[in-house]
Amino acid sequence: MADNAFVDLHNVSLAYGEDEERILAVENLNLAIEKGDFVAVVGPSGCGKSSLMKLVTGLLPPTGGTIFVDGRQVTGPIEGVGMAFQSSTLMPWRTTLDNIMLPFEIVKPHKHRLRTNRSEYVAAGERILQSVGLGNFTHKYPWQLSGGMQQRANLCRALIHEPQLLMLDEPFGALDAFTREELWSVMQNLWLEKRFTAVLVTHDLREAAYLSDTVHVMSKRPGQFIFSKKIDIPRPRTLETTFTPQFIDIVHSLREKISNEHEL
Amino acid sequence: MKRKKQLQSLVPWLVTLALFLFWELTCWLFKVPPFVLPRPSLIFTTMYQFRGQIWFHSLQTLFTTIIGFGLAVGGGLLIGLAVGASRIVYTSLYPLLIGFNSIPKVALVPVIVIWFGIGTIPAIITAFSIAFFPIAVNVATGLATIEPEMRDVLRSLGASRYEILTKVGIPRSTPYLFASLKIAITLSFIGSVISETVASNQGIGYLMLSASSRFEVPLVFAGLLVVGAMGIAMYAICVLFEQRMTKWAFRGSELSA
Repeated sequence: MADNAFVDLHNVSLAYGEDEERILAVENLNLAIEKGDFVAVVGPSGCGKSSLMKLVTGLLPPTGGTIFVDGRQVTGPIEGVGMAFQSSTLMPWRTTLDNIMLPFEIVKPHKHRLRTNRSEYVAAGERILQSVGLGNFTHKYPWQLSGGMQQRANLCRALIHEPQLLMLDEPFGALDAFTREELWSVMQNLWLEKRFTAVLVTHDLREAAYLSDTVHVMSKRPGQFIFSKKIDIPRPRTLETTFTPQFIDIVHSLREKISNEHEL
Repeated sequence: MKRKKQLQSLVPWLVTLALFLFWELTCWLFKVPPFVLPRPSLIFTTMYQFRGQIWFHSLQTLFTTIIGFGLAVGGGLLIGLAVGASRIVYTSLYPLLIGFNSIPKVALVPVIVIWFGIGTIPAIITAFSIAFFPIAVNVATGLATIEPEMRDVLRSLGASRYEILTKVGIPRSTPYLFASLKIAITLSFIGSVISETVASNQGIGYLMLSASSRFEVPLVFAGLLVVGAMGIAMYAICVLFEQRMTKWAFRGSELSA
């Protein structure tokens, strides 16, 4: 185990329920993520990918093993993490701008500075919306945006307070194929600019290969990491990249590993 | 389009008018005696004739109803927030609330009279006790149905329970609250009129009871119509508030127009 890893999971397991109804969601998870890495986690459905998200962010305590983030052991919800889910979870009573300003109202030290330095924060919000192409939609309500736009706003909200760790739980899962590919590029640009550490849980192998530096494959329940693949394709990657033989080979090898898991 | 809207706003008045006409004609055709069912024309002339008394008693009823309703909003809001936000409060308080709500409030009035005497206070308390329940239940529902993902987003940012309540819980439950206010205001009228009928010497309920004991049936009906009209007026005010406060929940629906 690397000592300097930003996220470090050591023999982590998680079980739900009591006694006979006890279900092991994940077992003996070992994972080290370097600071600034973009990591994707793929696996068969129900393998505990979402449990992994909750374990790393401290929303669920592990039943065994230890988790370290930024050198500190995780014992409760860690503060200031950015999270984005498949459903955009924007608040329908807030405009797009007010929605993405939410982290400033909660995360220290911003929450104490927000009132006095409001214009500065509003400018930051407008800037990030501009960068994902939502510059003209700051004062629109979520229901006035398309699904893809809502998801762009969702990414902005997850990133606006410049978290060191971004957790993505199938954020593009509910979008159509074209919008999804567009948002891969948006996501990549945001990451290239800020270089935060990101964990992406997905079941889209092309998405995993496009966005990440390393893809980790999980086994079926109880989930364990069974295979890791470094993606040595230079950035920025484009849609063209996904049609190169190298990219296709990577996706094939990942696909094979997961198929084996389904057959077992 | 504009004509259609104008027509739509006229329809309720036309239907009401048609109902009164039908009523009038039926009474006239079958020669129904006024002490069984008075004709609307007779009711309205009686209303005019007794306008001083009716005005005095209506104000009393309106007053007790609004005070009772106001208390119900405050109490219902507090109980709803507590029940919706905390598992322990929910399990310990909910059965009690349901039990209390099952008691017919008319049975409570004599007890309240023993404690507070007759008149204004029993009417307020009865209006409150009948109206707070739907408010509490609706607010609690709004809080209890926060999406778990929304909660996770806030918790991973480091939000406290209080912050989750104020940032998500309360705004999210406002449409539920306003929906319940419309029910609660009409229930408040029922509560105060019931109490006035049983134990008061003021208010529309008292006016109707004393009129019926003197067989002045047209005056009884005049009281009924006044209560109905006040109910509609207060309901309309609640709807106005609702549309102003929770515009986001009415996107694109006919109601918001």
